Amino acid sequence: MSNPQQLRYTKEHEWLSAADENGVATIGITEFAANALGDVVYAQLPAVGDTVAAGETCGELESTKSVSDLYAPVTGEVVEANQDVADDPSLVNSAPFEGGWLFKVKITDEPEDLMSADEYTAFAG
Amino acid sequence: MTNAPRHTALDALHRALGATMTDFAGWDMPLRYGSERDEHVAVRTRAGLFDLSHMGEITLTGPQAGQALDYALVGNLSALAVGRARYTMICDAEGGILDDLIVYRLADEEFMVVANASNAQVVLDAVTERAAGFDTVVRDDRDAYALIAVQGPASPGILKSVTDADLDGLKYYAGLPGTVAGVPALIARTGYTGEDGFELFVAPGDAEKLWQALTEAGADAGLVPCGLSCRDTLRLEAGMPLYGHELTTATTPFDAGLGRVVKFDKDGDFVGRAALEAAAERAESAPPRKLVGLIATGRRVPRAGFSVVAGGEVVGEVTSGAPSPTLGKPIAIAYVDAAHAAPGTEGVAVDIRGSHEPYEVVALPFYKRAR
Repeated sequence: MSNPQQLRYTKEHEWLSAADENGVATIGITEFAANALGDVVYAQLPAVGDTVAAGETCGELESTKSVSDLYAPVTGEVVEANQDVADDPSLVNSAPFEGGWLFKVKITDEPEDLMSADEYTAFAG
Repeated sequence: MTNAPRHTALDALHRALGATMTDFAGWDMPLRYGSERDEHVAVRTRAGLFDLSHMGEITLTGPQAGQALDYALVGNLSALAVGRARYTMICDAEGGILDDLIVYRLADEEFMVVANASNAQVVLDAVTERAAGFDTVVRDDRDAYALIAVQGPASPGILKSVTDADLDGLKYYAGLPGTVAGVPALIARTGYTGEDGFELFVAPGDAEKLWQALTEAGADAGLVPCGLSCRDTLRLEAGMPLYGHELTTATTPFDAGLGRVVKFDKDGDFVGRAALEAAAERAESAPPRKLVGLIATGRRVPRAGFSVVAGGEVVGEVTSGAPSPTLGKPIAIAYVDAAHAAPGTEGVAVDIRGSHEPYEVVALPFYKRAR
């Protein structure tokens, strides 16, 4: 599997796109994380208007075998949650870097330890 | 003493297939090869191939093998016909379940006991000790067999294409020796999926050859390799108990709604008889709790150990839970106080991380195949 170069990554296996001109970034989980979870059957995503804090839980992903907390990679306000994933959580497995994105945040602060694609690939093994 | 996981004879094959492996009762076993949901659907609609070589086989031979099992187990095994199999249990003196088992009568004086991997040593030790006063020999055959299962509605057709054995004459819960794809096998019509299917006990050295032959024979029918993850959701939908979840040493067969496996009318005493008679009486007059099915109205999944609640009180505990691919909803098996155990009981919920999610109480199983 390959981790897209233009994204940044966390140790919790989330990815973060570059912020657009409004300071909004898209967030999802990596293919590595999706494979480790197995079939995702339920995604509890943060609601539009919620404030999320970097490194803190903001939702959960439930798979056949387990439930995993979803962590916010950055601090900011949620401006969109992916309704397609709420309706069909299997998108997280089939297209984790694309149609399976989870939510968008208008960033107010971000941690310094976000990883590049190469750093994350080495981290995830 | 090493804690390194054990590997089945098919280990290299699983890795070549890209399986996600998991530790299960000390064995490194395939959890899934791709999507566990797709594997589940394959078994319900076509066919799936499983490596179950972690299961523990124990053979009893000799003129009193049947009587020894009658004493050691709760069933009436000496009455079992040659070529037939029986689902049964082994209990301790207090009536607590040590394991659930399938026993095959291979010959007049030969029985094979198949135990769960997690309990195989306990069962071997208990059977050996209990059989001591009988004219029988108890043999540890755990390393003598690999076990491959082919399960699903297409499984009879697939198996027929690689064996001359009389599968049409082989009833559910029966087993006969035969040759499959050139490999000597005990062919049993058993399984743990709620579908028609077969379990093939073969020498470990023959396992790869048999697996490959079944894979080829099943290709057109849509057979896929299946891991333990879908095996768990398949058995859960079929309402079949799993040791360590629904069955423990703290439960009797009557607690689990499986009192029918206890045969009080057999000849002679058996381990746990007095305690089980009391348990049967209790289950009849004032059952403390019952094993029920729960179906979610929402999408959050109950897991083993979660509390069942009603009116703000804890009234039970989930023993197994998973999203059901067939129902498209989360399901669970739970022990629930008798007052809340009737199908259709209103106001029952599962505490899922602090949120009380409403659940419908139903009778087990969740799924029954058309026959």
